[in-house]
Amino acid sequence: MAINRDFIGRTFPPTEPYEVSRVKIREFADAIGDPNPLYRDAEAAKAAGYPDVIAPPTFPIVVSLGNPALADPELGINFSMVVHGEQRFAYTRPMRAGDVVTCTSTITEIKSIGNNEKLTVETDIKTVEGELICKTYNTLVERGA
Amino acid sequence: MTAQVKYADVEVGTEIPERTFKIDRANLVMYAGASGDFNPIHWRESFAKAVGLPDVIAHGMYTMAQAGRFVTDWAGDPGAVVDYGVRFSAPVVVPDDGGATLQISGKVEEKLDDNKVVVALTARAADQKVLTRAKAVVRLA
Repeated sequence: MAINRDFIGRTFPPTEPYEVSRVKIREFADAIGDPNPLYRDAEAAKAAGYPDVIAPPTFPIVVSLGNPALADPELGINFSMVVHGEQRFAYTRPMRAGDVVTCTSTITEIKSIGNNEKLTVETDIKTVEGELICKTYNTLVERGA
Repeated sequence: MTAQVKYADVEVGTEIPERTFKIDRANLVMYAGASGDFNPIHWRESFAKAVGLPDVIAHGMYTMAQAGRFVTDWAGDPGAVVDYGVRFSAPVVVPDDGGATLQISGKVEEKLDDNKVVVALTARAADQKVLTRAKAVVRLA
């Protein structure tokens, strides 16, 4: 089934604020098997010049999951056939414990590639104070039957 | 903090030695919990096969995280990564018995201004390239 092209260019309202915690960063670092002390030890992070523990480069995916851009049933995407196609992060600075962030997403592209459908969402992750932490570019592929 | 690797010490073509990362089902269950991505293709074999996959596959973001660690361990400061993107070119199949092995290597592809370099990454599992167009821009010391 084709994904609804009417969604191309649509921007969704900012998500509810998400508070980045030390515990969540440590849990994520444990899950990816990365022992880096800057993800766990606030003193080590301060010694390295950061105000608190920082998050691994791929951590912002946690914050951007549950994207309202993908939640509308009118979009017509079959998630059981979805695989991740591409992912990119462009960082202004590392995300860190204590950041309270919102995501504002835009569907920038929907197109067919052979039997597959491809959808790209761009998301600005900003603090509630308005500082841009990173932009994410997420491309999903719905595999054709 | 700044990176440990000095801009002046790398050239276009400087290679970052290959590292190997093991992936088993327990890693994927932990990653599902920590990331919030509970798609059953990453932990339920019957579901993965029912939707046409050979077996349970790793989250693309799990593979991307391993390649990210490869870069941050090299640079010495995760905050030195200013841009990081990949294309998931083939799934990493993770059998219940034995899991999967990911081999990651890198090469400095370009030197930019402001002490930044582009690192091109290669990631393979079961003799297949699982990431393509995988690049990190890192600000070196």
